[in-house]
Amino acid sequence: MAAGRLGFRRAIRLDGYAFLAPWLAGFCGLTAGPALYSLYLSFTRYDLVGDPRFVGLANYTRIISQDPKFWVAMKVTFTYVFLAVPLKLGFALAIAMLLNKGIRGLPIYRALFYLPSLLGGSVAIAILWRRVFSSDGLFNQALAMLGIQGMGWVTTPETALYTLVLLTVWQFGSSMIIFLAGLRQIPHDVYEAASLDGAGATRQFFLITLPLLTPVIFFNAIVQTIDAFKAFTSSFIISDGTGGPVNATLFYTLYLFQEAFAYFRMGYASALAWVLVLIIGSFTAISFAMSRYWVHYDE
Amino acid sequence: MNKRSGNNINGLRVSTWGGIRRHAMLTCLSIVMLYPLLWMVSSSLKPADEIFTSASLIPSRIDLSAYRRGWFGLDVSFGVFFLNSLIVSVLSVIGNVMSCSLAAFAFARLTFPGRNFCFALMLGTLMLPYHVVLIPQYILFLNLGWIDTFLPLVVPKFLATDAFFIFLMVQFFRGIPRELDEAARIDGCSAFMIYRKVMLPLSTPVLATAVIFTFIFTWDDFFAPLIYLGDPGNYTSQVALRSFIDSSNQSDWGGLFAMSSLALVPVLGFFIFFQKLLIEGIATTGMKR
Repeated sequence: MAAGRLGFRRAIRLDGYAFLAPWLAGFCGLTAGPALYSLYLSFTRYDLVGDPRFVGLANYTRIISQDPKFWVAMKVTFTYVFLAVPLKLGFALAIAMLLNKGIRGLPIYRALFYLPSLLGGSVAIAILWRRVFSSDGLFNQALAMLGIQGMGWVTTPETALYTLVLLTVWQFGSSMIIFLAGLRQIPHDVYEAASLDGAGATRQFFLITLPLLTPVIFFNAIVQTIDAFKAFTSSFIISDGTGGPVNATLFYTLYLFQEAFAYFRMGYASALAWVLVLIIGSFTAISFAMSRYWVHYDE
Repeated sequence: MNKRSGNNINGLRVSTWGGIRRHAMLTCLSIVMLYPLLWMVSSSLKPADEIFTSASLIPSRIDLSAYRRGWFGLDVSFGVFFLNSLIVSVLSVIGNVMSCSLAAFAFARLTFPGRNFCFALMLGTLMLPYHVVLIPQYILFLNLGWIDTFLPLVVPKFLATDAFFIFLMVQFFRGIPRELDEAARIDGCSAFMIYRKVMLPLSTPVLATAVIFTFIFTWDDFFAPLIYLGDPGNYTSQVALRSFIDSSNQSDWGGLFAMSSLALVPVLGFFIFFQKLLIEGIATTGMKR
């Protein structure tokens, strides 16, 4: 009897690894192994021909001190991230608040606002965007009706990045849905009590809604920021893969792509990838460290 | 007091004037937001000379020639590109749902040495940017002779490399009462039978969410096909659209818009038929699209 039970347990134990086998193979062969190998490659020079040649920290010192294009990509990426994410979340929260007031037709509005965020990752939308903001595009036609002289927004270095920011903000729908779900969690009676105590809408927003929503705001901010650091398709399509005009839309990932697959500097590109990990990792760590000063988890 | 209860947040009694104003605002905003999309679709139906002369949504007459021009606009027809996209997406869905649910079942229900350690490793990969594994994976697939095939796009999906979906399913499986699989076990079910006959049938909501989002993510993926596919005959629709811009120096925007609109159709289909599931999926899992 006891032996039978033990036998059963052993079978279950082996089963665990049988179920895990695909993941284990993927983890070792496609994630952990490659991650370690790219760490090694980042200390080498390698162009796919011959063997990687060990160069010590040369790639990293070049990134920091001798590569102006890296700093251009950093500036473009940080400008993009820290403009697009707050604007997107601000917009998402504002619309979610408007929709959360027991409005009729909520499902329709919610669906309409969500649609761009569902479609937005597609190449088709990036193509559309490029066309809408070109010199003879839809946006300038609209401006012309208001009597304003437009320009080639995607071909002008000063404005090209802002069209990408706008494209990201346009996709506020999924953040809005998460905010809506968060707003639903706030109990009615809190507002009723505040209202009886004479707190107006503005005070209610700052004293109730915002503090109780901070966990959701924090979540959205982290997810959207990490995602924004990794943005690629929109800048690739709008600039034909160049990051132009004059590197104005050179996202970090696009620069990495160019180094790896246009110039085949695999060692250097690996170092760039690890710098990106460092950037995203430290951003996340700082956000979590700071979160205890402003994020309220109730009870 | 009267006024305050009229504007009560969350309240059902909203003053009529405020309601009308809010509806007006929301309607205007949705029109502005969706105008570019509608304009693209209507442009694809306009006669070629009309696209940039009018911002109107209504074509003077319906002209489907842009679809013909676009379809045959590259050396290979868009029929091939859409078929390629479909093959890659369907295989990815099958691979992802199978491998992730197997791993999730092991994490949620089975005990074996090293389980918690593996689980922690899996969570760790959630944060790892794809770019770190990109170059070694490319070298690996290059050495395997897989470049310019669908294998680099599909095989990783069969190996549960997208940890997010494992995590999602673990959360769901943990919510299923344990009494059910214990009863099945007493009746002599093997672990695989429990997975197959108890867990999967009870998990349709999370499986459907995984199917839909995997399909949409794969259909829209641009980066991996751009790197791995070289021969135009193997292009997915996203890469094909990109090379359409490059080739159309004489700017056949009608044809490009026609093919772009078609490329959005599958995602739009999911939006129309599975909207509730999509929205619930986002609200409960925090999916970023």
